[in-house]
Amino acid sequence: MAAGHDEAKGNGFVGWLPVLLSAGIFAFFLQFLPQIAAGDTLRVEWAWAPSLGVALSFLVDGLSLTFALLISGIGTFVLLYSNSYLAGHPQYGRFALYLFSFMLSMLGLVLSDNLIGLFVFWELTTLTSYLLIGFDNESPKARRSALQALLLTGAGGLAMLAGLILLGAVGGSFEISQLVPQAEAIKGSGLYVPILILILAGTFTKSAQVPFHFWLPNAMAAPTPVSAFLHSATMVKAGVYLMARLHPVLSGTELWFWTLTIFGAVTAVFTSVLSLRQDDLKQALAYSTLMALGTLTMLLAPSSGYAITAFATFLVVHSLYKAALFLVVGCVDHGTGTRDADLLGGLARFMPFTAFTAALAGLSMAGLPPFIGYIGKELIYANTITAGDAATFVTVMALAANALMFAVAGVVALRPFWGKRGDTPLEPHEAPWPMLAGPMVLALLGLAFGLMPLLAEVNFTTPTVAAILGDAEKAKHLHLWAGVNTELMLSLATFAIGGLLLALYRPVRRFLEAADAATPSFDNGWDNILDALYRAAKWQTGILQSGNLQRYLFTIFATFVVAVGGTLLLKDAVNLGVALDDMNSPRHWPELVLIVAAALVTASSRSRMLAVAALGVQGIAVALIFISFGAPDVAITQLLVETLVVVLVAVAMLSLPFLDERGKNDRRPKDMVLAVLCGVVVSAVLIGVLQGPLDLRLTDFFETTAAPEAFGRNIVNVILVDFRAIDTFGEIAVIVVAALSAYALLRTTDSSRDRDEEEEELS
Amino acid sequence: MSWLLALPILIPFLTAICAFFLRRTGWCRWASVIGSGVLLAVSLLLFATVLREGVVAAQMGGWPAPFGITLVADGLSAVMVVITAITALAVAVYASAEISERQVFLGYHALFQVLIAGVCGAFLTGDLFNLYVWFEVMLIASFGLLVLGGKKSQIDAGIRYVMMNLVSTVFFLTGVGFLYGMTGTLNMADLSLAVQQLENQSLLTVVAVMFMVAFGVKAALFPLFFWLPAAYHTPSFSVSAVFAGLLTKVGVYALMRAFTLIFVEDVAYTHQILLWVACLTMLTGVLGAAAQSDFRKILSFHIVSQIGYMILGLALYTPLALAGSVFYLVHHIIVKGNLFLISGVARRITGSTELSKMGGLYKSAPVLAFLFLIPAFSLAGFPPLSGFWAKFILIKAALEIEMWWAAGVALFVGLLTIYSMTKIWAQAFWEPHPEEIEPSLKSLSNFAQVALLLPIAGLALLTVVIGLNPEPFMDFATSAAGQLLDPSDYVQAVLGVTQGGTR
Repeated sequence: MAAGHDEAKGNGFVGWLPVLLSAGIFAFFLQFLPQIAAGDTLRVEWAWAPSLGVALSFLVDGLSLTFALLISGIGTFVLLYSNSYLAGHPQYGRFALYLFSFMLSMLGLVLSDNLIGLFVFWELTTLTSYLLIGFDNESPKARRSALQALLLTGAGGLAMLAGLILLGAVGGSFEISQLVPQAEAIKGSGLYVPILILILAGTFTKSAQVPFHFWLPNAMAAPTPVSAFLHSATMVKAGVYLMARLHPVLSGTELWFWTLTIFGAVTAVFTSVLSLRQDDLKQALAYSTLMALGTLTMLLAPSSGYAITAFATFLVVHSLYKAALFLVVGCVDHGTGTRDADLLGGLARFMPFTAFTAALAGLSMAGLPPFIGYIGKELIYANTITAGDAATFVTVMALAANALMFAVAGVVALRPFWGKRGDTPLEPHEAPWPMLAGPMVLALLGLAFGLMPLLAEVNFTTPTVAAILGDAEKAKHLHLWAGVNTELMLSLATFAIGGLLLALYRPVRRFLEAADAATPSFDNGWDNILDALYRAAKWQTGILQSGNLQRYLFTIFATFVVAVGGTLLLKDAVNLGVALDDMNSPRHWPELVLIVAAALVTASSRSRMLAVAALGVQGIAVALIFISFGAPDVAITQLLVETLVVVLVAVAMLSLPFLDERGKNDRRPKDMVLAVLCGVVVSAVLIGVLQGPLDLRLTDFFETTAAPEAFGRNIVNVILVDFRAIDTFGEIAVIVVAALSAYALLRTTDSSRDRDEEEEELS
Repeated sequence: MSWLLALPILIPFLTAICAFFLRRTGWCRWASVIGSGVLLAVSLLLFATVLREGVVAAQMGGWPAPFGITLVADGLSAVMVVITAITALAVAVYASAEISERQVFLGYHALFQVLIAGVCGAFLTGDLFNLYVWFEVMLIASFGLLVLGGKKSQIDAGIRYVMMNLVSTVFFLTGVGFLYGMTGTLNMADLSLAVQQLENQSLLTVVAVMFMVAFGVKAALFPLFFWLPAAYHTPSFSVSAVFAGLLTKVGVYALMRAFTLIFVEDVAYTHQILLWVACLTMLTGVLGAAAQSDFRKILSFHIVSQIGYMILGLALYTPLALAGSVFYLVHHIIVKGNLFLISGVARRITGSTELSKMGGLYKSAPVLAFLFLIPAFSLAGFPPLSGFWAKFILIKAALEIEMWWAAGVALFVGLLTIYSMTKIWAQAFWEPHPEEIEPSLKSLSNFAQVALLLPIAGLALLTVVIGLNPEPFMDFATSAAGQLLDPSDYVQAVLGVTQGGTR
């Protein structure tokens, strides 16, 4: 893992600075603990984008403070750990920057009272997570996993944004603390269902509930401290956090209860089965994290004191033991060169401190007394057996998940350290103290809270329950011994089943591997989705951006005909009947015949020269019409232009004879139809325009002012050089630039030598 | 006042003339840089004036509107001119290190400045026919810039570009003719009053659709955008950056102007079409980007997709939505131009813009990687960068008037934008270079490093500043949108009379 860089050199200042900063942040939050434990809350607010209802407002209450302490506390240890784990890594500076930015974003997320502020931090955690999963950027697997996590949580995040905007619109504010009093109105609103679904889309993807779970195990491509911090203890709990935060606003409906119960329970059981199947210790832990996320989701479904107390307890329990175990696995990887469960064994002799830490954390994970994990499990059962309609279902699911966790705890925390010595790539050696300090403190805390449950209760669980349920009285007590009751029986059953699974570990795993191989994988499904998307994009682009200029022009003209002609018909804008009556006057028939005939020749002739000539005839016919309407100067201009164009094109063709021959073109009939349609549409609009009265204000003004005020008798000239001089100025610029471009074009095309030079210069 | 409105057009023209005569000397590029700097100063002055006094207008040649040509700046025009000047300055500095002496000799800087003049003219004119003239100026100048390199692919692209844009110009001119025939005026403020007096309002709708098609080609809307992806990946990077930032935005601006000032007689019909077109533009553009494997081609298709967002704001036609469009315009120009500039640096040090032939930038050019990440994620709509707010405002606006599917499309396209931006990131930055070279900025001369990276860093800083402090920008966008929705100030500034009747 740490190979390829100079470990002895260390990371110096860059390594220690973030550790100190985050320790300072932890201390900062710690000072609020007595006040929050006493039932107070704090709120600060800075305006950010008030016209959009967005503020930087932060709320410190039991729920957010618990999270903030977990984030900054574990963050400090993880940064300390990373400094040794990635000692001397050439990109450690970036790593520490990402990790520290992540920590700040995560703190912002849990402290934000403003929904959009929260979303901003939410997206920042997604972004930093992307950079961290892809930290090993030259590995294709890391890149793929990073993208997968980004897109999946990004998709959920965008859905959630819509949900949050709607929630703010319905509740009249983006401040969560102001939404809580509106809870009944929000739940009664017609938008409640979409709001809930959209927000849960965000929380379920972020907290990796089935069927969105698969990104999380893949995210283990990140360095182990990242996995411990982001993808176990903190970031993946952001979804759970938001559900807890919005619990007072959105919970209490059937939809809420059953959605969270079913998704949570299925996630917990399904992933704990998968967890037992893994041979990579880190993967096993990743799946067991999914189990915890499922359980936490399930616990948020009801609104009872038991459920929320269990939620608060299990949240702390899991963060402590899981971060510790991930870091332990990192130590094992660091000390032995492998994380393969089959290769590891008997490490306790070589890595006694690691083994001790693993044992402490593992016992808490297994839910054995006197660890806080035991209390957490008891509370979960206390909740499930009182869960009303769902009691049987959730109890069975919780029992299954807990028993499996018991077995996984054995696999991860015991098997590598005890028994026969395995065959490891490196000679096992103990990790340095900065890598041991964090996991050991976290694991010991699990024991301390177990022995002194009041400590956890007063400081964390009761304030959290108060924040979620709005009433500290609803919080349940934490104790190791509650007498002989159903919960105790369920615990014993958990240990029995879990022990059995552990004893039968190898056959069970073989069975699970076979079953897993036989079922379709979510990960492949993801690939198929991306692949389909890519192919759809390719297909669509192939049709639209075909590269064929004629087709492009056809589409543009066709769009014109459909849009303008369609509107004409739809709006019945022109009375064509009247217009056709006017056509009876034969005055312009000769010109019209000439124009139509010339157009037909242009379109059908095989010779381009002939086509151009015919086009010229057409232009001259138009000039004749101008003359008949008493506009000789316009007619003269038209004649000049037509003549010049024909002459110039003819000269060009004489020197480039191959231009003359038009290839056999089967597009022509289609083009001809389109051309006729274009002509019909424009003519129809023109007829409509001519039916209205002509407003001659401008002409009158020009006629009366040209001579006396602008001192010119030729009105057209005065318009060009005075009334509308800027137009003329622009047109002169057009001509100059056209000449410049033509010059450049002529100069560049005949000097391929220079071009090659330039090519070289660029590359 | 008169001069202040004319200067943003005159300064680039004068700069163009200087640059042309200095084109054999090293002073040429500095003329371009200094001219752009002066333009920025003047445009900021204009912007400040508009902020202070509201809509300002100047009658060119002293002929009263609607008889002469009026230049007019409201909030939207003023901000567009400022952003044009910012882009011009950034690109002029960048070009000083990119453009070869040969292209400078052939008039690169002169063409570039004429283009800027055309863009400023389009934003400032209050006359429909004059707008057409500026379109032509832009078209011919951009054609010159496209073919300046003289490579076959560039000339080919130039011809496609010009053909399709000429068609749009013809539609535009026909539309102007029709509108003049119906109302007898070309002044846009005057038009906004005259069209209300028309008996045949449905004919006006037909002409409105005609303008929609004409401007739609310019703005690269679905299904009229083909010219853009066909051309933008071929010229020099400076050119593609200024095209990407400004050209289509003139089309968007024209649509916003015409469909708030003149064609508002049948919003239920015209803006409904715009809504469909906006969504299809977003979708087809981003799918096009997802299908590409070239740095600049991906960026080009993204332009199309993002035009859709801006038109979405216009189509929704609420104060918030239009403010979103204005915000999006500003954000987009800053970010998109910058990404093209970055692609140029990446090309210089990796040797290609084809993603499969790029790589290793993250490891050995971390500064560039960092500078890419900011606009890239801003474009993808990540907070707290400007793109997030732009998208947020539009989606909020859509949801507020219960346009569920439009909001849904906007969100989905956001996701696909992330997908295609990460494609660039993963392949050009994360993946090692296929030829195992380690691209580094150190391979550039000191001058090139400064001249290429300074504009990139400056534009990146702008997107961060807007992102972190969106309120003043939002305030401004709201007031600009207010002026668009209620053009009485605009009309009064131009015609000197208060607008009669209700709209």
